[in-house]
Amino acid sequence: MKKLLILGAGTAGTMVANRLANLLDENEWHITIVDQNETHYYQPGFLFIPFGIYSKNDVVKPKRDFLPSGVEFIMSPIELIEPEHNRVKLSKDGRYVPYDFLVIATGTQTHPEQTTGLQEHEWYKTIFDFYTVEGALALARHLRTWRGGRLVLNVVENPIKCPVAPLEFIMLADSFFHEQQMRDRVELIYATPLPGAFTKPIASKHLGDILERKSIKVEPEFMVEHVDPDAKKIVSYDEREIEYDLLISVPLNMGNEVIARSGMGNELNYVEVDKHTFVSPKYPNVFALGDAAALPTSKAGSVAHFAVDCFAENFTRYVDGLEMLPTFDGHANCFIESGFGKGLLIDFNYDTEPLPGMYPLPGIGPFQLLQESEANHWGKMMFRWMYWNILLKGQELPLPARMTMAGKWKN
Amino acid sequence: MPTKVIAGHEVQINDEGFMTNPQEWDKDIAVEIAHEEGIADLTLAHWKVIDFCRQDGISTGKAPTLRRITTAAGVSTKDMFALFPKGPAKKVAKISGLGKPEGCV
Ligand SMILES: Cc1cc2nc3c(=O)[nH]c(=O)nc-3n(C[C@H](O)[C@H](O)[C@H](O)COP(=O)(O)OP(=O)(O)OC[C@H]3O[C@@H](n4cnc5c(N)ncnc54)[C@H](O)[C@@H]3O)c2cc1C
Repeated sequence: MKKLLILGAGTAGTMVANRLANLLDENEWHITIVDQNETHYYQPGFLFIPFGIYSKNDVVKPKRDFLPSGVEFIMSPIELIEPEHNRVKLSKDGRYVPYDFLVIATGTQTHPEQTTGLQEHEWYKTIFDFYTVEGALALARHLRTWRGGRLVLNVVENPIKCPVAPLEFIMLADSFFHEQQMRDRVELIYATPLPGAFTKPIASKHLGDILERKSIKVEPEFMVEHVDPDAKKIVSYDEREIEYDLLISVPLNMGNEVIARSGMGNELNYVEVDKHTFVSPKYPNVFALGDAAALPTSKAGSVAHFAVDCFAENFTRYVDGLEMLPTFDGHANCFIESGFGKGLLIDFNYDTEPLPGMYPLPGIGPFQLLQESEANHWGKMMFRWMYWNILLKGQELPLPARMTMAGKWKN
Repeated sequence: MPTKVIAGHEVQINDEGFMTNPQEWDKDIAVEIAHEEGIADLTLAHWKVIDFCRQDGISTGKAPTLRRITTAAGVSTKDMFALFPKGPAKKVAKISGLGKPEGCV
């Protein structure tokens, strides 16, 4: 029996387990997946919790419900990867699991402790995050009785998973405070290390204009050096200060510590792999998928989905002794909630930045690229159902994995 | 691909003014780009960072991110902002004749 070991049963690990369980012959392959956590979180749903749109029940389900019956699931923290010995050490019982092929899908996690002043006595009192379920729930409680003032949203450093989530948060906040009839008592500021609202120029311009219309102020190129939780201000490396009444932070994102412990990561614990095939340049039987990989595309569930589409087919070629094809193009497709029942959609890849147009059918849509529409909002809301019922189970969507220029306008 | 004459050399640049062929770079070019970017004098501390970025950029094929520089070259983030104010990773990449760092996607 050949042994395939998958580390992490999050979005990418679960999808790849399902897909490969279908494609590989069960008489020849034993698939094992390891995760320290029993619960699967629908992380895109964290965004909606602070505003009372989703509750905790909307975003959690048992991991086992999404893993195919033929796959062995081990619940344990992963201690060490030993690629020279083709084995992985688990914390539980110090057990070693040998492999022929290894897929690393341990994702990325937030590290508020890396910024002075952030996770101290004001944490979850006047300072919150929404990238964890705990943070999102604490913030939801706080917003129920908040009387207004200056809300500052700060991204500590890029890259972060779902780079559009901060924009969505601040636009939903605008909408939420309008509904609460207190928008006139709230000032909204978005302090970002980027030179504008988003990473890519055309999208940044479109999104920047929308923020301006919503009276959301952007403080660009702001790299936070420390938070002063008593004076209630954030201070940048170039000594700019922003005072706040309520600070929402997207803390530093880093790949899992096990990657660092195993000496397999870059300076942020992400695993370097080929950007079209996910194979490690150092170990030809090791791959990294999802947020754990050091790739120049967004860290997002949709990217992980397209990546798994490309990877699974390629993997069956590879184990049959064929070359892998450079199929993955960095395709990302992200809905952006913009409040008041509307949303935007962006679609891009390694070479093409987000452009306006229609998706997926040129000229028809129903989704509009880089423009606000109600259809886009419903797309985002349907995404949760698709995530649990289609995506995680490794079923195919009627959407091509590779990006297409059809339906996009280049001005 | 547009070109530009910097310190007497004709070099290829992209639309954001980053050189596209790191082989065309030399130290005089660095000094002149630094001037354009508002850095009057390149001190030893600047050169230490530039040298690291040149080496790293050429071996990996991409300009290092700020975090990579601070981790691998032993310069603090605070010092990086003092040496190359406003977007230090971008600025030092430009001066070092490398492309724009891919940190943000
Ligand atoms: C607020 C928010 C909003 C988002 N919105 C969107 C969106 O709208 N659209 C979109 O496409 N994406 C969105 N995302 C991003 C998306 O959730 C992630 O990109 C996706 O989940 C990545 O999948 P992954 O498998 O790489 O990592 P994860 O799903 O995070 O899974 C990693 C798994 O590895 C396990 N693990 C890690 N280390 C260890 C260890 N040492 N031992 C044992 N187990 C370990 C973890 O327990 C976890 O289960 C959002 C994320 C957030 C936080």
